[in-house]
Amino acid sequence: MALYNETVHELHEKLTKKEISSVELTNAVYDRIDEVEDQVKAYITLDKEGALKKAAQVDARIAAGEAIKPLTGVPGAIKDNISLKGMRLTCASKILENFQPIYDAHVIENLRKDDTVFLGKTNMDEFAMGSTTETSYFQSTSNPWDLSRVPGGSSGGSAAAIAAGEAIWSLGSDTGGSIRQPASFNGCVGIKPTYGRVSRYGCIAFASSLDQIGPIVRDVTDAAIVLNTICGVDAHDSTSANVPVPDFTKALKQDVKGMTIGLPKEFFGKGTDPKVAEQIKLTAKKFEELGAHVVEVSLPHTEYAVITYYIIAPAEASANLGRFDGVRYGYRNMQAQSAPEMMAATRTEGFGQEVRRRIMLGTYVLSSGYYDAYYNKAMQVRTLIRQDYQKAFEQCDLLLTPTSPVVAYPLDAKMDPLTIYMLDVTTIPVNMAGLPGISIPCGFIDHMPVGAQLIGKPLGEETLLRAAYTFEQATDFHKAVAPLGGKK
Amino acid sequence: MTEYITVIGLEVHAELKTKTKAFCSCSTEFGSEPNTHVCPVCLGMPGALPVMNKQMVEFALRFGLALNCDIQHYSKFDRKNYYYPDLAKAYQISQFYQPIALNGHVDITVDGKKKRIGITRIHMEEDAGKLVHSGATISTSDSSAVDYNRAGVPLIEIVSEPDMRSAAEARAYMEKLRSYLQYTEVCDGKMEEGSMRCDANISIMPEGAKEFGTRAEIKNLNSFKALERAIEYEVERQKEILEDGGHVVQETRTWDDAQGMTFSMRSKEEAHDYRYFPEPDLAPIIIDDAWIEKAKSELPELPDAKKERLMKEKGLDEYNAELIVADKKFAAYFDEAAAATDDAKGVANWMLGDVSAYLNANNVTIADFPISPKHLGEMVTLVKKGVLSSKLAKKVFAEMLKNDKAPVELVKELGLEQVSDAGAIQAMVDEVLAANPQSVADIKAGKDKAIGFLVGQVMKKSRGKANPGMVNQMIKKSILG
Repeated sequence: MALYNETVHELHEKLTKKEISSVELTNAVYDRIDEVEDQVKAYITLDKEGALKKAAQVDARIAAGEAIKPLTGVPGAIKDNISLKGMRLTCASKILENFQPIYDAHVIENLRKDDTVFLGKTNMDEFAMGSTTETSYFQSTSNPWDLSRVPGGSSGGSAAAIAAGEAIWSLGSDTGGSIRQPASFNGCVGIKPTYGRVSRYGCIAFASSLDQIGPIVRDVTDAAIVLNTICGVDAHDSTSANVPVPDFTKALKQDVKGMTIGLPKEFFGKGTDPKVAEQIKLTAKKFEELGAHVVEVSLPHTEYAVITYYIIAPAEASANLGRFDGVRYGYRNMQAQSAPEMMAATRTEGFGQEVRRRIMLGTYVLSSGYYDAYYNKAMQVRTLIRQDYQKAFEQCDLLLTPTSPVVAYPLDAKMDPLTIYMLDVTTIPVNMAGLPGISIPCGFIDHMPVGAQLIGKPLGEETLLRAAYTFEQATDFHKAVAPLGGKK
Repeated sequence: MTEYITVIGLEVHAELKTKTKAFCSCSTEFGSEPNTHVCPVCLGMPGALPVMNKQMVEFALRFGLALNCDIQHYSKFDRKNYYYPDLAKAYQISQFYQPIALNGHVDITVDGKKKRIGITRIHMEEDAGKLVHSGATISTSDSSAVDYNRAGVPLIEIVSEPDMRSAAEARAYMEKLRSYLQYTEVCDGKMEEGSMRCDANISIMPEGAKEFGTRAEIKNLNSFKALERAIEYEVERQKEILEDGGHVVQETRTWDDAQGMTFSMRSKEEAHDYRYFPEPDLAPIIIDDAWIEKAKSELPELPDAKKERLMKEKGLDEYNAELIVADKKFAAYFDEAAAATDDAKGVANWMLGDVSAYLNANNVTIADFPISPKHLGEMVTLVKKGVLSSKLAKKVFAEMLKNDKAPVELVKELGLEQVSDAGAIQAMVDEVLAANPQSVADIKAGKDKAIGFLVGQVMKKSRGKANPGMVNQMIKKSILG
């Protein structure tokens, strides 16, 4: 297998045994990028020079006999809403087209300590608002399994880069499914940790009470490795959880015996592609074979999840995106004659349609006279959704659902926004409840990958990883390689 | 003609004296080079997050207790959204739905009458940056720059009930708040530096009316004087409107100090919709009883308690006591000076007289007053013991301003010791009587006026040092027997 398609743990072993160098590996990935990037368009910014420089430093360390961490010298890609000093930070928006960040995100600080190699910044939906990576100001990314299809979103660039062999590991962010859904569309493993597990400091906020950074990688072991580095309390993020971070790789045991896995019935009916539902039922069967106990459960408020999400997330976004006003950084309209005019013109011209739509939506629901009817009500429903999950977890260790009700659909499908919003019904409630969720490859429909979502209790990442790992070791879905077939 | 009642409520912003900003670790120092106390958080850089400064909560809690408020065990921050170049995030982190302190009060005294002013709420929030215009005003400038040093400095907003009925009451309330802010050491209360600012809600209603009139909110009140003038102006403006049969419009107006007028900024319809919602980046503030009790036990002596004590223990009258305690440092000076003498009233008289006159004339505060409190107290003792006449005391005081030495030494150095030696004074009296037989005859004839003249002559001879009381007595005795 080509180096660029191997996993972090395989490559780490090769680096440790000096079978390969980090420079060799980094060059191999860049060669692959040169080969396929014009078809996939996973990246917004690349930094070959910086990556090779770091790789050479790592090689010197290895040559000197120093011990290295699992991510040391292994090149990865970062979603372009995470601040990495030295690389422009665009959020896939015109308004930040040439923005140079002045500090590192907390996760980047942690990754730097591991001496990892940063390949570049990946494409995404503008400000992480979208499920297809088509709202990017720069380009649409293609799905490496079928270039005529979307890679999902909003972390579509990160997932496509993994599927296409353009990165060994990657980071995404997940507000309503933005790690898990593209992971499932691209046959990757993607985990959204418990809200608070990973510091949000340096991740450009979309919806602060829902955002969480996490890895998109090739297998469950790699997910555990990346989590080990990025998790942990951060003095700069008051919402980061002050709890010990376990060694997640220790959770990777092939054992689900006695585990109870719940199948929420709400995710298998109307709105879910029957073929997808069938794959998830087969996944459940596999878990049963492996010794787990599978039961049907109900999450009765599921039908309100998407609607309330589209009140809370835009409300928070309308405030979070206020700072992009042309005053201190980013795009500025230079024709305006006054400061208020300049700010209005800057924002009108600098934001894309979907972002403007959500800012207006959020502004509306927070307006005087509407706050109680919309925002306050939505927060109450959010509590009910959280309680649904709490109740389900009284009898289950994990829940199993489709990651997405559908497989990757064609680019430029021109679906109306509401139809696209409704497709996030499987992932959104997990953010609303602040729970950890992982998507793992569980089958194919017409050569397109299907993802199974496992949902855990708060801070239950270890159980999640153990179950995912057990399933993975018993199946081969994660070993399939995207063919880069079809034409855009 | 209809008599009107003025109704005033004040919203006072006080900058808290924390070392670092409300939600980041930048310094709060005033007067530094523009944009030197900034970081990703207070500049509103993408991805930056706030972290609450616990000292800010301590200060807000302390001040809430000082104003007799109910401290809330659970309070939280909200985002107040609006666009302005000096507001880096386009929202201000504030407390709207659940502030830290509610339902307090503070007492003021105007024209000898005590009055209780209700405190509706106290909440915490962050300050914005500052626009620096290239020209004199925003409208005459080609460009403006923004200084974010102040962005994120913690504030408390103290909202009063509409309990004040005159400009004098509003001023007294502001002065009382400043005094409390200084005593609790949460704010230095300097209106001229903007560390204490106020907006006034003003309305008038015909006497006997049951409902308040429509109010105007007046902004840009940068001094006690401006507050008083703006209220007086605004009351007249509203009276004229009502007298002409019109209606006062609910609006925000700005005070123009140079013109002495208020101008409309925006009407109720144009008022901002701040779209408050809970700040998702910060956890709620939980204050338990133990924390409240600890804060209570650490409260310093407050102005009103101190006033009572000075009246009771030091024998000051209420008026003087009130004046002494208004400024914390002034009161501390009094305490020290009074400790150096047994004539506390004398100290109060000097401080409210010559000391205050000096401070006003030189436009300085007690912190820069050259005479140490101990020396002032010692001087008061010398006067009381009769060592110094009040006239000589003024000389010593003037000398101490230049040279802060112990007054006993200065009296010696200047040769100002009052002569109370009976023999020496009698000798001078005898000389003066001999030289002024006409005056002696007048006195014998019952014309007491001449006594003053003779006393003056003796004092002159003694170069002011003779004890005037003794001189007076001895002259009378020598002539009248």
